[in-house]
Amino acid sequence: SCSLSITVHVFSKLIMEEASPPLRCFSESHSSELFSDDGVQTVTSREQVNSNKMIKWMILPYFFRPTLLREQHYHYLKKGLRHLSDAYECLDASRPWLCYWILHSLELLEEPVPAAVASDVCQFLARCQSPTGGFSGGPCQHAHLAPTYAAVNALCILGTEEAYKVINREKLLDFLYSVKQPDGSFVMHVGGEVDVRSAYCAASVASLTNIITPTLFDGTHNWILSCQNWEGGLGGVPGLEAHGGYTFCGTAALVILGKEHMLDLKTLLRWVTSRQMRFEGGFQGRCNKLVDGCYSFWQAGLLPLLHRALFKEGDSTLSVSSWMFERKALQEYILLCCQNPGGGLLDKPGKSRDFYHTCYCLSGLSIAQHFGNKDLHNELILGRDENRLAPTHPVYNICPEKVAQAIEHFHRLPVPVQTESTPSTMDQS
Amino acid sequence: MPYQFYKLLFNVLVFYFRDRKEWADLEPVPQDDGPNPVVKIAYSEKFTDVFDMFRALLQNDEKSERAFALTTEAIDLNAANYTVWHYRRVLLQALDKDLREEMKYITAIIEDQPKNYQVWHHRRMVVEWLNDPSEELQFVAEILSQDAKNYHAWQHRQWVMQEYKLWDGELEYVEELLEEDVRNNSAWNQRHFVINHTSGYSDSSILDREVQYTLKQIKKAPHNESAWNYLNGILQDGGLSSFPGLLEQVTELQDTCSSPYLTAFLVDLYEDALETNSSSYDQQEMFNKALELCKFLAEEKDTIRREYWNYVSRSLQNTYGSGDPVSASSDPPPPPSSSQLPDMEPSDP
Repeated sequence: SCSLSITVHVFSKLIMEEASPPLRCFSESHSSELFSDDGVQTVTSREQVNSNKMIKWMILPYFFRPTLLREQHYHYLKKGLRHLSDAYECLDASRPWLCYWILHSLELLEEPVPAAVASDVCQFLARCQSPTGGFSGGPCQHAHLAPTYAAVNALCILGTEEAYKVINREKLLDFLYSVKQPDGSFVMHVGGEVDVRSAYCAASVASLTNIITPTLFDGTHNWILSCQNWEGGLGGVPGLEAHGGYTFCGTAALVILGKEHMLDLKTLLRWVTSRQMRFEGGFQGRCNKLVDGCYSFWQAGLLPLLHRALFKEGDSTLSVSSWMFERKALQEYILLCCQNPGGGLLDKPGKSRDFYHTCYCLSGLSIAQHFGNKDLHNELILGRDENRLAPTHPVYNICPEKVAQAIEHFHRLPVPVQTESTPSTMDQS
Repeated sequence: MPYQFYKLLFNVLVFYFRDRKEWADLEPVPQDDGPNPVVKIAYSEKFTDVFDMFRALLQNDEKSERAFALTTEAIDLNAANYTVWHYRRVLLQALDKDLREEMKYITAIIEDQPKNYQVWHHRRMVVEWLNDPSEELQFVAEILSQDAKNYHAWQHRQWVMQEYKLWDGELEYVEELLEEDVRNNSAWNQRHFVINHTSGYSDSSILDREVQYTLKQIKKAPHNESAWNYLNGILQDGGLSSFPGLLEQVTELQDTCSSPYLTAFLVDLYEDALETNSSSYDQQEMFNKALELCKFLAEEKDTIRREYWNYVSRSLQNTYGSGDPVSASSDPPPPPSSSQLPDMEPSDP
């Protein structure tokens, strides 16, 4: 293995002289970033060491500029939008998610959706809308905040009049009230569980469709704030371990509610920047756990949110050229380790592709490529220019133009009045 | 034999609900995906059969034993279908089913699929109805013995403990887990959870004990980030620089237990000394050392976080420095406007 690594080294130096900036993973100091187990082996350290080994082998073949496999991903997505194998039976209660993951991936790749397909998606999502408001995982299922979030996002990506018209705003408001709890939190569905995802789903759809009433989010920001823990990140409910997915949901929800400044931004910033893995370049979801491509969005996506929050606080020392994470390293991880050669992206080498990871790996890649906004924009594209993705909005995770367009459309309509009194969820099983 | 073959064989052997005489009165309801479906799943015959029948039951709001039996089949095919779980709970109550039996059932399902939201929520509901948490801590411990970081398991455990005030023995349990794997961040979090809800950290003998415990774990595995984070976390309120002798203890560790985490901790400590304008420390020395370590981290020891450490450095200089405004680059500063902000809110207030 010594002569192999020398060969790799020589080869890479030869070819790198030609190529643009050398990859971080081929630099001399990269191997010093391997995990040190201090001679004390535990389950955690064994898993981490194995993970590093897998990744080392992935990196070896890449002597040339990393390439986003656009064609392959496009075909994978195009097919999935119509047909899915029976392996997807486990997502039969999440079909609006499948629409969103695929449509968002296509919009990042700047691949257009034919009008007929767009219309079919609208009609399908209309069938997923519950008569009592909100969207469900499939026709005839109960409404649930997660597919509601996904459906609204998918419709906003489509952005046609037909798409906007699918949403019954009055009933959606009723649904949100029906899952609202006295302590400010939301259950995911009537008779369902509480966690911080629900606040994000509710805030996202309510803000996009302009149905926020004076009382809808009473107490919500305080409940979300109580999810920030000793680590600086947020857990799913107060008391739980800080976790990337929940931290993103809580922070993005607070941004929507205009209350992000109430977080301890300093400890949150320290926590999230510490989640980038020094060897792999990707992000872990929790301290001492393994890297996963999906955290490329949930974790890295926090940096734009925090940048903005700190700026609003009057911070004059923020970078004017970059988010506060290693953008190149993340792009390297995604392009070298998270692509399936047949199309689709994934968690880490050795895992199977799926549409969830395709969506969030690409979203993370976009975050890493684009700094700033439409006025002040700095692009850092690793590899060939063709790797460039469309920018994504760090709060909603759909393209910024689609956010603006949806907001403009729905703000021309009046905020509905809550029509039904909501049953207490204590009565619900 | 290949999986596809087994599936085919199994589907041929299955006795579909639509063909059973006890179900003859109920017309199955096919899923209405519309004329041009999207994200259309190639359901197996069995899946279609069960869910067509489920839709029929739901439509008729049928509350019967056969409906209950069908929910078991449906769950087996897709345990994430929350509509089915909800219906099952309605039936459990309407038919006055034996909840002890249901506990056995949900125990088996969770063992099989421990990373599913619905199964844990269902268990919580049954425990609430029975008002009996007596099996819970042992059950969760069993699940954690297979995956010590299962987030749902920890969530359930914390709920049980808070709801039924079952705090006894938990600190001991946490210590066992940390003995097994000192890097288990979930266990460190649980430690914080227990102490927070029992003694709290304001008592100096508790805080002392925790600091010493943590330093001991750090010495065992200096590159264990969890321990360093815990040390930082418990000292935030009081202030890192206010804890007597801590700077000395940590500085001592530098020879044998050096790590980027130790260095980062020193930065935090120096920063706290500056923030509190502590008279126990030479402010200028704190400032210089903090900047020196930020540079060391950014350029050598923690380069993946280069942007962050440079930001900390600039912030320190801006707040405590001698006076020249610090900017993030040698480029002229951008025009003063909100143009640096990613467009976020629907409309600025």
